[in-house]
Amino acid sequence: MGVVIDTGLAAPAAANDDAAREKAAAAPRVERTASRALPRLLMAPAVATLLLWMLVPLVMTIYFSFIRYNLMQPEAIGFIGLGNYEFFVTDPSFATAIMNTLLLIGSVIAITVVGGVALALLIDEPFPGRGIVRVLLISPFFVMPTVNALLWKHMMMNPIYGVLADLWRFFGAEPVDFMTDWPLGSVIVMVAWQWLPFATLIFMTALQSMNREELEAARMDGAHYLQQLRYLVLPHLGRSIAVVIMIEMIFLMSVFAEIFTTTGGGPGDASTNVAFLIFKQALLNFDAGVASAGALFAVLLANIAAVFLIRLIGKNLD
Amino acid sequence: MALAARTGAAWAVTLLLFFPLGWLVLTAFKTELQAIAVPPLFVFTPTLANFAEVQQRSDYLLYAQNSLVTSVASTLLGLAIAAPAAYSMAFFRTRRTRDILMWMLSTKMMPAVGALVPIYVLAQTAGLLDTRLALIVIFTLSNLPIMVWMLYSQFKDIPPEILEAARMDGATLWQEFRQVLLPLAMGGLAATGLLCLVLSWNEAFWSLNLTSAKAGTLAALIASYSSPEGLFWAKLSAASLMAIAPIVVFGWFSQKQLVQGLTFGAVK
Repeated sequence: MGVVIDTGLAAPAAANDDAAREKAAAAPRVERTASRALPRLLMAPAVATLLLWMLVPLVMTIYFSFIRYNLMQPEAIGFIGLGNYEFFVTDPSFATAIMNTLLLIGSVIAITVVGGVALALLIDEPFPGRGIVRVLLISPFFVMPTVNALLWKHMMMNPIYGVLADLWRFFGAEPVDFMTDWPLGSVIVMVAWQWLPFATLIFMTALQSMNREELEAARMDGAHYLQQLRYLVLPHLGRSIAVVIMIEMIFLMSVFAEIFTTTGGGPGDASTNVAFLIFKQALLNFDAGVASAGALFAVLLANIAAVFLIRLIGKNLD
Repeated sequence: MALAARTGAAWAVTLLLFFPLGWLVLTAFKTELQAIAVPPLFVFTPTLANFAEVQQRSDYLLYAQNSLVTSVASTLLGLAIAAPAAYSMAFFRTRRTRDILMWMLSTKMMPAVGALVPIYVLAQTAGLLDTRLALIVIFTLSNLPIMVWMLYSQFKDIPPEILEAARMDGATLWQEFRQVLLPLAMGGLAATGLLCLVLSWNEAFWSLNLTSAKAGTLAALIASYSSPEGLFWAKLSAASLMAIAPIVVFGWFSQKQLVQGLTFGAVK
């Protein structure tokens, strides 16, 4: 299902290529007229399947959202207008879920970008064992979300047997019951742990193309470390920060398994995000109508995020 | 910063971040009693019993096979659909190319859960619930936008003059593709395929909601270990280790290419 957005992301990046290619296209190309259809033919499967993937569920969702549709009673169908929307929006869980979604996305992006830049700077220059460090650091990125979640929930965060509980006791503190007391915080930790390596590696790659002579010159001129960071390193990283935010946003909007396997959205709605709320309506309450109304709100939310993203990325790729 | 300080700091942070995973590996070789010892045990006599029991209790191999088949098949299918599209966009640009690319990426921004009800109903109607085919199709579709993007940004870096030259020399489209484009695009194709493989292997939303005993993947199998009452951490760890080891090791070897590919060509 889709998000309607303006173009802009690719524009500045491709501007140079564009000019070159348009020049090339202006040169006579005899064989091109005959094979105009070929490019379209090559693109057709991808465009067609994605169009179906977007439109079919969207149309069905819009239809379901206006009818009474319980998966357990498929025969009791009837038009109920905006009833499902009303139910979903007036559900007190709705506001909480939106807040939690924003908190989750915001915190994870903040942690991974700041932590990722710091880590990338730390391992930018050679030191003994850098290769191994790189391999160890990237590992959490390849761990599937369900393993990640259970590993943290049980072996790290269990209030009695968990490693963290032992650490708390070591410092003479009362161990925390993470899943009950800090449910959303715990989910944020798990997701951030997964995405920090990704951000670090992207920033590391970007740092490698940094102009060392420029840095050296700045150092000669007496710029201290923070100044170098502020005026040389961070501007250089701008583009990769934009890329990290874009990719993480795409994946973080639909965080699900970490919540499903640990807190189940609870206690109450304390760790329910929009994705999980819709899931609860659909497969736990079997109310496909309300879930569909909720799904359309998710589409709206995705639209808002997309517009925001395009602004951000468009500016940064200039 | 002095080298020693830098080395120490880097290793300390790395070990801290890697610790949960290292702990998982350790726990997989403990007995259930050792796994919940207070304080946590670092030194013990390792046992392999957990691995055998995981296979016996939950038929690990069936789930592993499902994971392998669905992720490999969806990767190949995805490449077959995405590569021609990306080729077309990179070498036959029109005014609309950019819009199409943006639209494709925007379909990925929609949380999967938004399509849950329709897809569930469609799969049910078609008798595809709990089948590998359903997962293959869905994994392919949901990875397709990212694949087209990655391939497009890689193809864009190939100078079109090379292809022109081959065409001038009378190469057919197939020869042009096979002998000129493919060798040049191999790195990009590999990176894209690798990422798709990782994403599909780790995918949990659709496999949790659309499959159970027959077509369940490892990600779904692990979720079934989440029952709150049982403290079977050693077995949980063994199962988890078996579920992630193939893809983590795979990731170690391909991380450089993966990262290059994932930046959509925006970071050099």
